[in-house]
Amino acid sequence: MAIIETREITKVYKIGDIAVNALNSVSLLIEKGEFAAIMGPSGSGKSTFMNILGCLDKPTSGRYLLEGADISGLRKDDLSTIRNKNIGFVFQGFNLLPRTSAIENVELPMLYNSFSANERSQRAEAALKKVGLSGRENHHPNQLSGGQQQRVAIARALVNNASIILADEPTGNLDTKTSAEIMELFTKLNTESNITIILVTHEHDIAAYSRRIIKFLDGYVVSDETKT
Amino acid sequence: MINIPSTIKISFKSLRVNKMRSALTMLGIVIGVGAVITMLAVGSGASQKIEEQISSMGSNLLMILPGATTAGGVRMGIGTQPTLSMDDTEAIQRECPSVLYVAPIHSGIAQIIYGNQNWSTGVVGTTPSMLYIRDWQLEQGRPFTEEDVRNASKVCLLGQTVIDSLFGSINPVGQIIRIKNVPFTVIGVLEKKGQSPMGQDQDDTIYIPVTTAQKKLFGTAFPGMVRLIMVKAQSKEDLNAAEKQIAELLRQRHRIGQKQDDDFTVRNLTQAMQASEQSAKVMTLLLGAIASVSLLVGGIGIMNIMLVSVTERTREIGIRMAVGAKTWDIRLQFIIEALTLSLIGGAFGIIIGISGSKVLSMIAGWPTIVSPLSISLAFSFSGIVGIFFGFYPAYKASLLDPIDALRYE
Repeated sequence: MAIIETREITKVYKIGDIAVNALNSVSLLIEKGEFAAIMGPSGSGKSTFMNILGCLDKPTSGRYLLEGADISGLRKDDLSTIRNKNIGFVFQGFNLLPRTSAIENVELPMLYNSFSANERSQRAEAALKKVGLSGRENHHPNQLSGGQQQRVAIARALVNNASIILADEPTGNLDTKTSAEIMELFTKLNTESNITIILVTHEHDIAAYSRRIIKFLDGYVVSDETKT
Repeated sequence: MINIPSTIKISFKSLRVNKMRSALTMLGIVIGVGAVITMLAVGSGASQKIEEQISSMGSNLLMILPGATTAGGVRMGIGTQPTLSMDDTEAIQRECPSVLYVAPIHSGIAQIIYGNQNWSTGVVGTTPSMLYIRDWQLEQGRPFTEEDVRNASKVCLLGQTVIDSLFGSINPVGQIIRIKNVPFTVIGVLEKKGQSPMGQDQDDTIYIPVTTAQKKLFGTAFPGMVRLIMVKAQSKEDLNAAEKQIAELLRQRHRIGQKQDDDFTVRNLTQAMQASEQSAKVMTLLLGAIASVSLLVGGIGIMNIMLVSVTERTREIGIRMAVGAKTWDIRLQFIIEALTLSLIGGAFGIIIGISGSKVLSMIAGWPTIVSPLSISLAFSFSGIVGIFFGFYPAYKASLLDPIDALRYE
């Protein structure tokens, strides 16, 4: 069974009287443990697609099955629960809470779940260790480098044992060397922990870390290549 | 599922981040709660003072005044006709079951001399019951007795003001004073009572046996007549019954026909006092109501800051939603923040209110009473204000779209 399956997903935005088709019947299958890159120019619909995959947005029509379950008809709070349990987000701008220590940032998803304070700090420490940030638990985001901040964000995505990590241009704000380190971390999580990773990127050398490249243009999937 | 303890922790954290702003927002509630507590304290202090004055008069009192006389078509007003007698007094005591004590009063103003000092004051001729009617204790010495009344003894009890004016530091008991040149032995000293509700000095008085007043001081054209009669009813509930019984008895004794008017008047002193007590209570309510307006204004301050805070923290709300916060997680976070502001403000307000009342009674000399009820009232009101004014910002926050919120700069 595919971990992600979309069937003819369409997303239409209405801007005034003009309807813009951001996605045109996109049907895709992503298996558990895949490492896929989504590429395409601005306005190609890749961000809209990622928002739908991340249950932050709902398709106008079509069906989205996450681990076999149809989430199209779910309510806002049910989507929150799915995001909390199944999906980890990594953003271009890191999106950490300012004036909040690294470990508290990592604990954030667990606050909206039934963990005791003890469990929370243990799991957050373990997640920080996994991304190589042991000893930085009490640093605030402004005391960390960009790469370290992105590692905190990855730890936050991991901490609830999400099966999918959605990364929206995770290296967009990082230099080449740090970008490579982050991509190696993703590769390690993918191969060692069998976490499904889907990332959006402009850059071919970043996309090269993945084993499958899906290209979007004007709301259509124009190519879908898997490395052999 | 909402995790309340960690929501509280989140709220505390974000308030700590903006210390100055949180403190200023709280200030509105501090002032509001402080004002409510102080105003209620001032109000209930005033009520209590009036209550004390009323009870210093003696409780459940009736006063019987003689009727008006008519001389050649001119009606002279209440008290001009000598219609009340010592016998009436005894009859009331004997025959009215709702009456506890009765005492006649035959009084006048007289010059008093002790050594080289002199003083003019009201001299009240009465019976020993008067001290029970007025709930008046002796500070030292003894009261005069029924025997003193029977013998028209020349003994007297002095009020504090008289003692201060005549004796200074000398112990007055056993001394001889002259009232209208008649020598009297001081046998007792009346305890200090202070002002009456009408503002009279109750301590500027001398009590002597009623017979002595009639025979030796003020005389009377009608022997056995008295100026007025004071009555103490059995209880508050008995006041009306006592009034009726006395009127019936006196009409009968004075042989007043069905269609004739009374030749006496019965006045309920306590009723008049209770009216002023009532108005003090209304004043308390009014002061409290005005003060709670400032609490309301403090609440609007909280709402204002919370709205600013929601806008500023749009991105944070987006992040929280993305990692799984549900509608009520977000709402509760902001409501608890508002509630924390208002409750901490309320706690400081209690301190301000209590010390404000103390300062007021010290500087202005107003009696103030801080009741536990007013404290809990003001504190819970501040909590309600917090929830009420926190709800709208919280509701607004929970309606944000996570995608837009995450992109917010």
